[in-house]
Amino acid sequence: MNRRGFLKRASLAGAAAMATPGAAVDAQTPAPRAASTPIMSAAAETAVPSDPDVLTAERTGSDFMVDVLKSLGLEYICANPGSSFRGIHESVINYGGNAHPELITCCHEESSVAMGHGYAKVAGKPLGVFAHGTVGLQHAAMAIYNAWCDRVPVYIMLGNQLDATLRRPGAEWAHSVQDAAAMVRDFSKWDDAPMSLPHFAESAVRAYKIAMTPPTAPVVLVLNAELQEQPLGADVRISIPKLTIPAPPEGDSHAVAEAARLLVAAEHPVIVADRVARTPAGMAHLVELAETLQAAVINQAGRMNFPSRHPLNQTGTRAIADADVILALEANDLWGVLNTLRDQIHRSSHALTKPGVKVISLTSGDLYVKANYQDFQRFVDVDLAIAGDAEATLPSLVEAVKRATTGDRKRIFESRGAKLAEASSAAQERSRLDASYAWDASPVSTARLCAEVWGQIKNEDWALVNGTAGWATRLWNFDKPYQWIGGSGGAGIGYGAPAAVGAALAHKPHGRLVVNLQTDGDLMYAPGVLWTAAHHRIPLLSVMHNNRAYHQELMHVQKMCNRHNRGVDRGRIGSELVDPPIDYAKVAQGLGVHAEGPITDPKDVGPAIARAIATVKRGEPALVDVVCQPR
Amino acid sequence: MSATVLLSVAAAILAVAVHAQPPSAGQSPPGAPAGDAARGKALFVKNGCYQCHNYEGQGGAAGPRIAPNPLPFQGLVGYVRAPRGDMPPYTVKVMSDQDLADVHAYLRSRPRPPAVSSVPLLAR
Repeated sequence: MNRRGFLKRASLAGAAAMATPGAAVDAQTPAPRAASTPIMSAAAETAVPSDPDVLTAERTGSDFMVDVLKSLGLEYICANPGSSFRGIHESVINYGGNAHPELITCCHEESSVAMGHGYAKVAGKPLGVFAHGTVGLQHAAMAIYNAWCDRVPVYIMLGNQLDATLRRPGAEWAHSVQDAAAMVRDFSKWDDAPMSLPHFAESAVRAYKIAMTPPTAPVVLVLNAELQEQPLGADVRISIPKLTIPAPPEGDSHAVAEAARLLVAAEHPVIVADRVARTPAGMAHLVELAETLQAAVINQAGRMNFPSRHPLNQTGTRAIADADVILALEANDLWGVLNTLRDQIHRSSHALTKPGVKVISLTSGDLYVKANYQDFQRFVDVDLAIAGDAEATLPSLVEAVKRATTGDRKRIFESRGAKLAEASSAAQERSRLDASYAWDASPVSTARLCAEVWGQIKNEDWALVNGTAGWATRLWNFDKPYQWIGGSGGAGIGYGAPAAVGAALAHKPHGRLVVNLQTDGDLMYAPGVLWTAAHHRIPLLSVMHNNRAYHQELMHVQKMCNRHNRGVDRGRIGSELVDPPIDYAKVAQGLGVHAEGPITDPKDVGPAIARAIATVKRGEPALVDVVCQPR
Repeated sequence: MSATVLLSVAAAILAVAVHAQPPSAGQSPPGAPAGDAARGKALFVKNGCYQCHNYEGQGGAAGPRIAPNPLPFQGLVGYVRAPRGDMPPYTVKVMSDQDLADVHAYLRSRPRPPAVSSVPLLAR
């Protein structure tokens, strides 16, 4: 029996298995193969075969897979092509009409996943990624780790040829694996390798549901190549399960009431917010809680949690030191908020809080943790731990606070709020003063860079999707829930550029001016994503903070130089990106992106950004390379 | 090093730095060796001071502002020899007192910033 004949029979057997449990076992038994490869000849090639071979199929397993993906509402699939998923690739572009999902051509699997990472934080849902189960996943792994650490859903599908007797000689063997998802199982939320199309349908819906249930995270499905390519008879009907996303887990009502009691009674309550705002509603909930209590908010900026110029925003102040009650919301590194660690030979730490402070944690992190990769940070003494999703719990916490607030407390709250507003105003003035130092310096100061960008975008409907947000949050007015999406999660370099392109893809239907403060070292990991942006007409303004180094690491190496007392003049070896300096404008231009630079005079930055914005407004990406001070 | 740690250290050092008396840019302060600002600039880069404090000593995400009003010279020497925070120590073997005097002169020579009110981009 030839290969397709086998597949046809296997398909029918698989379909029959729906009604006849156990029949599928036969379908997985490979047919006997010829003992040796026949020698081909012209006669053999042109003669009419006695047993006509079936060489085409109007409908395949991967067509059904596309039906399932459409039912999930996946808008995009990011991928660079790979033979192990050629079946579903073709089904997406032909059977599915290359729409919902649309294939986005990527140049690196790390870019595909990081695009999905950035996209999900704007769109509120995952996009799909195709990759080889072996070499593709190996490329993608770091980006999956970032998304997992950042608790962001990405829907990853891996091609694999599981049946060894059906593999083509050569590369298909090198691209096959027994347990494809094993490599990323420690940092993905769930995976499966479906063995039939009904199995795929259930697992595909299950995977989406698991990915989207807080704490959200990447999931992995392995698509057996034979399952993709097997013909489907016209009469085969396989149902697609109904997708129902679970309501996010709310904190226990008694614990929420106790938290409210502590917060209302506090003289200096402080709210620490990290990955709180999963949806646009999150910021409004947090604002309501803070305003009800007139409590200080320290924004860890894992998401767009709180307006940057809100009078209760006390980020960067000493509020934590004055706190008597701290409410930590989805705080990834609460220990790091409450303590400081001195990075010298003998590491030491001390508390930043005063004795007796009460700490309340409200996080879905208490519902989900794995062992091997230790992104969970140091253990913290807390007085009240509430396991639950912070955004989902905030409305009931606000109501509990309102119920517990007496008239006397309300007057105290108002007095406290006035003082916090003064402190916030002073902090904003201090930021402007700090930014004025080295204003005309070359290389351009990072404060000047952010001020120049702000000058060009402040009257637009803008969103910042990547970058060192420090100066931006000090100088820009973030007041809309889509204006910031947080960082990489796992601090894996190479996230920024592709995540920005993915986020811009999600912002595109809204017509927003999307800004990426792009570091140079990050871009060099996979600059091909700029071509993806150009090819798919994804409007994105990238302004480079080009300090010509992997600067964070440079500081680490210098620290070792100092520690070992051997001088620091060689500390830059291995960390700088000079000699030759990289011309990012030419790189971008070569990838089809409007670009200017390198710019070294701060007076030239604003006009170049204005020209780039004109390009972005035409629906294309643009890049401005600015040679900057280190930090 | 995490940004949080860096910021914490920066805040600690800044608490010292902001109390410094403004020195005059062209003269060595009392108790300080004569400094060569041009040589100090080269040393500031060679020894990696710019990595946290930036090229103008204006500070940033990784280190506090130290120019144009650095700590008094003896305070600067004391701090870089035995920093209390995260800053790496600079021994005499790596930077002599004269080197530090030159760096101190360089820091004092940095231009004052423009008035915030005169910079439209920094308007509220």
